[in-house]
Amino acid sequence: MARQVKIYTTPTCPYCKMAKKFLDDHGIQYQEFDIVKDKAAREEMKTRCNSLAVPTICFDDEVIVGFNEDELKRKLGL
Amino acid sequence: MYELTIVGAGPAGMTAAVYAARKKLNALLISHNIGGQVLWTAGVENYMGYQFIEGAELMRKFEEQVKQFPIEIKTGEKVNSLSKLDSGFEVRTDKGGAYQAKAVIIATGKRPRQLNVPGEEKLRGRGVTYCAVCDGLLFAGEKVAVIGGGNSALEAVDDLIKIAEHVYLISLTPLTGDRVLIDRVQDANNLTMFLEHEVLEIEGESRVEGLRIRQLNSKKEKDLAVAGIFVEIGLIPNSEPFERIVRLNRLGEIEVNCVNETSVPGLFAAGDVTNVPEKQIVVAAGEGAKAALQAHRYLQRLSE
Repeated sequence: MARQVKIYTTPTCPYCKMAKKFLDDHGIQYQEFDIVKDKAAREEMKTRCNSLAVPTICFDDEVIVGFNEDELKRKLGL
Repeated sequence: MYELTIVGAGPAGMTAAVYAARKKLNALLISHNIGGQVLWTAGVENYMGYQFIEGAELMRKFEEQVKQFPIEIKTGEKVNSLSKLDSGFEVRTDKGGAYQAKAVIIATGKRPRQLNVPGEEKLRGRGVTYCAVCDGLLFAGEKVAVIGGGNSALEAVDDLIKIAEHVYLISLTPLTGDRVLIDRVQDANNLTMFLEHEVLEIEGESRVEGLRIRQLNSKKEKDLAVAGIFVEIGLIPNSEPFERIVRLNRLGEIEVNCVNETSVPGLFAAGDVTNVPEKQIVVAAGEGAKAALQAHRYLQRLSE
């Protein structure tokens, strides 16, 4: 079963762009939530992921806060 | 073996790459990212030729210009050591790469300094942030603190007074940023400044709830309730991989002379990682050009 990858971003965040490029480059599909426009997503990021920073990337039970290539590779099994 | 390895791809490293390529040097540009600190700068208003440009956009233009030339670029690898060989140098990376060159330019820049107070590490990403431009909007309508008194802190304050309920600015020193930035923020009615105060502790369990500060002279302590803390207290040089072979100053910056030579022949440095005063994009770019031209001269002498 394909895992559902969610990435929470803000439009001004350079690390978010780098994280999305990383996911694109590795052929990983994801759903993006702009937490400036989408208040429900902002709340979801705060409560379900317990994160107050972007990018926050969530899948399965994993939460990765910030753009950390090595952690992403490890947790996504790349 | 390359003739020249350039470590770091910010303004200094990328400008060095263009100058090296125009001298037809067989060069390698290696960096964990392209753009360096400029990527985290929202707007640049003092790089000549552009009245205003986003930092990331300016770095895309630098990258495009580098890629006009047949220069080898490796990204996603962080250099973690440099050693001297009989015939030059070898850099090694965290991905196991090892690259030899007759000359090296170090242009690895700086990174944000941490406060090193209790609570900071635990609450990182949970209210403690080092990227105001990324995370500022998350704290709309809340109380926040900005730590620092320089340009980065004042720019964060300028953004945050527009969206936060209240902003506290806490600085160890009087404000040191540019007058134009101080004027822009100082009259905001939702800003309170605590100058000559230090941060003692960041409070909160799973989220930032506040911080404790202390006035330097009176030692009077005060608790501030905030949801977000923006740490903007300056930068430290990325010089650790080189500290064993090259001379650093007491700030950890690589010492260079006016032609970008370090204490080691064949090893050059440029930009924010060096002791050259004024950490500016335009200065770093100029220093990168100088370093590449001097490295070219050095390589010419080697082959004579």
